[in-house]
Amino acid sequence: MSAVTDTVKPQVAGSGISGSVRDSLVVAKRNLIRMTRIPEMILFGIIQPVMFVVLFTYVFGGSIAIPGAGVSADAYKEFLMAGIFAQTVTFATAGAGAGIADDMHKGLIDRFRSLPMARGAVLTGRTLADSVQTAITLAVLAVVALLVGWRTHTNIGEVLAGFGLLLLLGYAFTWIGALIGLSVRTPEAATSGGLIWLFPLTFISNAFVPVNGMPAFLQHVAEWNPFSATVAAARELFGNTIPGVPKSVTGAWPMEHPIWASLIWSILIIVVFRTLAVRKYRNASA
Amino acid sequence: MPGAIYAEGLVKHFGDVKALDGVDLDVPEGTVLGLLGPNGAGKTTTVRCLTTLLTPDSGKAVVAGIDVVKHPNEVRRSIGLSGQFAAVDEYLTGRENLQMVGQLYQMSKRDAKARAAELLEQFNLADAADRPSKTYSGGMRRRLDLAAALVVSPPVMFMDEPTTGLDPTNRQALWEVIKKLVDGGTTLLLTTQYLEEADHLAHDICVVDHGRVIARGTSDQLKAQTGGERVEVVVHEREHIATAQEVLRGFAKTATGHTVDDHTRKLTVPVTGGAKLLAEVIRELDARGIEIDDIGLRRPTLDDVFISLTGHKAEEAEEDTEGEDPKAAKAAKKAKKEAGQ
Repeated sequence: MSAVTDTVKPQVAGSGISGSVRDSLVVAKRNLIRMTRIPEMILFGIIQPVMFVVLFTYVFGGSIAIPGAGVSADAYKEFLMAGIFAQTVTFATAGAGAGIADDMHKGLIDRFRSLPMARGAVLTGRTLADSVQTAITLAVLAVVALLVGWRTHTNIGEVLAGFGLLLLLGYAFTWIGALIGLSVRTPEAATSGGLIWLFPLTFISNAFVPVNGMPAFLQHVAEWNPFSATVAAARELFGNTIPGVPKSVTGAWPMEHPIWASLIWSILIIVVFRTLAVRKYRNASA
Repeated sequence: MPGAIYAEGLVKHFGDVKALDGVDLDVPEGTVLGLLGPNGAGKTTTVRCLTTLLTPDSGKAVVAGIDVVKHPNEVRRSIGLSGQFAAVDEYLTGRENLQMVGQLYQMSKRDAKARAAELLEQFNLADAADRPSKTYSGGMRRRLDLAAALVVSPPVMFMDEPTTGLDPTNRQALWEVIKKLVDGGTTLLLTTQYLEEADHLAHDICVVDHGRVIARGTSDQLKAQTGGERVEVVVHEREHIATAQEVLRGFAKTATGHTVDDHTRKLTVPVTGGAKLLAEVIRELDARGIEIDDIGLRRPTLDDVFISLTGHKAEEAEEDTEGEDPKAAKAAKKAKKEAGQ
């Protein structure tokens, strides 16, 4: 058996894509094990959006008028869910950021950087694990949404594609979180730094109210908001578009072609922020 | 041929701060170099440059025969690093931590598993192997961290203040582990603030201060440089100090280095001649009718070496952070250090 000699002779480190994938999966596994050891993190991650679903449905649903449908809790439910789902996936940003900042703080990033592993693997592993958590949250959320009366009106393929786009957006945002995590000094700063800007981003959008009611300037911002593209795409794929709500108020291209826009925005975010984060990681010092 | 760890003129700036100001090192294979110095002297920065975590602004660094700047990933395969913090994932068990590190050293899953089991046994962690490392004591966590650095049995090891924060028992235990490692032929660069530790573990010592090596040699050489042994006398009555001073002057090796403390009535002079001389001093003092409370022959410690080289104690730099959480103080310092980066 050659197993013993193999031990001291490392293979070519993190070479090419296969090495990169392998290392990323090792790190992803580590983060998934962590997750099972801190179940309360997953639990809180689920409770918050569930609360939003219930609160928005029953508190706002009775008072927010949907064009063409008037004030109707049922119409609002249909309209709302894609927005809540999209907001939920973006919250993964804070988790990824805090996790990476924590690793920096505890010296783990130093350890990883001293190992002959693929350079991007620590971050890729983390973002992949976060996406698994997002998928679990999204699944629970979808069940709760069904319980309060949300329904889809398309085939299963389109519904899954909708969730796929939501997950892709969440994955893209974890790379923003990764960059934040590498840039701040404490996990606490990463958590708040990962959340603060998400509120204007997710509220100046088509997620919770139709864009019609906003001032003209904000209408433009909202319709070009990458977040809005995914909300509109998911709405379309779930069959939750409401006839009285125009696709676009300002004629913005992403609103006319939400599925393509969502894909392009997410991929663009991944490319840009992955590049920045990996570069930051290379020079990171705890 | 240069040693297993070789550095020449390493310079590193953090903004305006010159953290390394031309560090030269040469550690022959199979030996231990102790890098000794106060906080902020440049020890950690040196280690970070040599372990590929930082790129030096200028200078040359070769580890295990490989250029650190040109081929960092090749260097990473040949080194193990144990840093100031126990860098283990606290939510993973000891076994999971070691397996992960093994796999990231590009071992197969099976080999990583086998090696983890071996190390857990060797480092006396087998009983706790399947508990999250969060539940480990400080000493256990340090051992796990060290085990992680040894997964591939690297020919060159770096340990940055390996025993900082450990109680004396755990420190002793870790020293034994490190000694065994070195007996096995590993080349080791160790940084420490504890002079005793360098004395205990290192073949050669480099004293660093303000980013440069200010002295090097074996522990004995450095001690000899400081001026060898001294006689220390405490007289019973204050009025005897002057007479005692006169007596001691007669035995002194040099005209300098005499100290007198009126308050504690303690006098010291540098001497040569050891115990025999001590007996003569006692006889002479007795003949003059000087009653003494204490007398002794003092050999210099590395502490003395440090004071004579730098003008301050090794621990002095730490004093301003006393009372604070040392980790927080360190983090704050690092933040400051990085601010200009």
